[in-house]
Amino acid sequence: MNLEALFSCLSSSACAVTQVSTALIIGMLLFMVASGLSLIFGVLGVINFAHGAFYMAGAYIAFFTYQATSSFLAAFLAGAAGVGLIGVIFERFVISKVYGKDILMQLLVCYAVILIFDDLVKMVAGPEYKMMGMPEVFALPPLELAGGFVPAYYVFMIGASLVIGLGLWLAIEKTRMGKIVRALAINPQMVGALGINTTLLYAAVFGIGSALAGVAGALAAPTRTLTPGMGLSILIESFIVTVIGGMGSIVGALIAALLIGFTRAFGAIGFPLFVDGMMFGMMAIVLIIKPSGLLGREVTR
Amino acid sequence: MTRSGMLRDAVIAIVALAVLVAIPFVFTKPSLRDFLIYVMAYGLLAMSLNLLVGLTGLVSFGHAAFFVSGAYMFGLLMQSGNVSIPVAMLITVAGTAMLALVIGAICVRLKEIYFSFITLAFQMFIHSIILTWVSLTGGDQGLRGGIPRPPFLGIDLGNSVALYIFCACVFMICIVVMRQIWQSPFGYTLRLIRDNPNRANYLGVDIIRMKLGIFVIAGAMASVAGMLLALFVSGAYPEFGFWTTSGEAIFMIMLGSSQLFIGPIIGAILLRLLEHFVSIYTEYHGLVLGLVILAIVLGLRRGVADFVVEWIERRKAARAPATTEHTACAKEGAL
Repeated sequence: MNLEALFSCLSSSACAVTQVSTALIIGMLLFMVASGLSLIFGVLGVINFAHGAFYMAGAYIAFFTYQATSSFLAAFLAGAAGVGLIGVIFERFVISKVYGKDILMQLLVCYAVILIFDDLVKMVAGPEYKMMGMPEVFALPPLELAGGFVPAYYVFMIGASLVIGLGLWLAIEKTRMGKIVRALAINPQMVGALGINTTLLYAAVFGIGSALAGVAGALAAPTRTLTPGMGLSILIESFIVTVIGGMGSIVGALIAALLIGFTRAFGAIGFPLFVDGMMFGMMAIVLIIKPSGLLGREVTR
Repeated sequence: MTRSGMLRDAVIAIVALAVLVAIPFVFTKPSLRDFLIYVMAYGLLAMSLNLLVGLTGLVSFGHAAFFVSGAYMFGLLMQSGNVSIPVAMLITVAGTAMLALVIGAICVRLKEIYFSFITLAFQMFIHSIILTWVSLTGGDQGLRGGIPRPPFLGIDLGNSVALYIFCACVFMICIVVMRQIWQSPFGYTLRLIRDNPNRANYLGVDIIRMKLGIFVIAGAMASVAGMLLALFVSGAYPEFGFWTTSGEAIFMIMLGSSQLFIGPIIGAILLRLLEHFVSIYTEYHGLVLGLVILAIVLGLRRGVADFVVEWIERRKAARAPATTEHTACAKEGAL
């Protein structure tokens, strides 16, 4: 524990700005991954434990596309679309076979997919660390804010995540399609009886949820080192986020992701070894006080 | 449980123990002994977890919390040099049971997936404490300096054969204890809670107290598994309490069977064998393991042991259709 360092950082605006920007990008990445997880759980009632593997797939697809085209936009779109497609295939051929089975079956197939993905990445990209490097589009001077410096890419990342999150929220709450998806979450038989192809809709929702993990992976690729197994830590953290924010709530996921982001960024200075303990402690407290999460509704299924 | 059933269990346990003890004298390779101790420690962890998962329907993601607390408490007690091995084991079991009582009192009030998450949270919390409290636990290096094994009652566990036999005996005692619980009225009450909690409630069963009871027992058993492993590797490491250890135990249960009493042990043996042989032939053992799991889950749709038992019963039923009812009763007894 080094609380003195934490206080001295908080009192210097340069350090505070740097840490806040770090907190925001951690939070936004987690928000992207967790909102996908939350969407899939909210509508399909399954917990996609393979979500971290999808995040990793997104990062690697973006990495290879960027190597081939040296266009970050292409890399970003390929990461999102590629992982969305993987999600649809995974839903159709694997997860749909264990709907309604106990959670352990779902856990097991997802565990299998994680193992397979990690080794596939090892085969294709090699076991060593990969660096994508900063795309040239973002080779701008960092923004100066109250004595601290924030890289231009961070600003883009935070903005892009917020726009995507807002788009997702609007699509679910304000459009006709969103209404159908919400109905599907509550009463799938009725939706089917109204002549809507629920099988297709399930696959689409799963695909969109997965694509969000792909987006997070693609956004993270320029700032993180890529390794097989990089999905595991983000999976655990996004679980904490979904549990704290409430399963199925996009806004809850945002709040909880920011909470975890700030804990991580400032904990790294004040109590580096106990950051995990702090996060799980918060999760336990939320579960004890309100098991459905800050903004979650009780799941009836 | 009938007296003849109990007698049969006792005979099976003694025969199994005799076979286990005889193995190193027949096949003298030390690697086989090490393999078996490993399977016993992890098998015991999976068996104890199955008291929650298979018997009570409580899917705990954090069972390794008690595995790791067993390993560390035992290691620290032995390193203090004040107690003998059996005394340290008893203190550790009691201590872990207390820990399980505190954690369980909070956890068992939550239902379904929320129970899974809060057990995971507590486990990772304990894992973080171990990592942070470096002066006591050695942090991420694990408990250093080895765990002394002073002789007691003329038994010297420094001898690797003696260590193996000691582990086999402790393992079998735990199995017998769990078997008694599995077949007791308490065990059947837990099955009722698993299958129909509302009905159990109407019948006047105190569900929370029952769940807490089995949570404490399962935690105490897991601590024994942790002690066996700590004794064997002569140390304790934070990885014992990482979530992957809990995941592996769940995996063993699913691979074997959650409804067959010895299912988790079968799963533990299968998993260890699979890992062992696959890693000989290819460096991509995750890929092979993943494909095998998918084949089992999507193909068999149940554990391997479940599948074999059902297959045998179907053959029996096909051979003697008139005695179907009889075999059904026999199956109930065999579980």
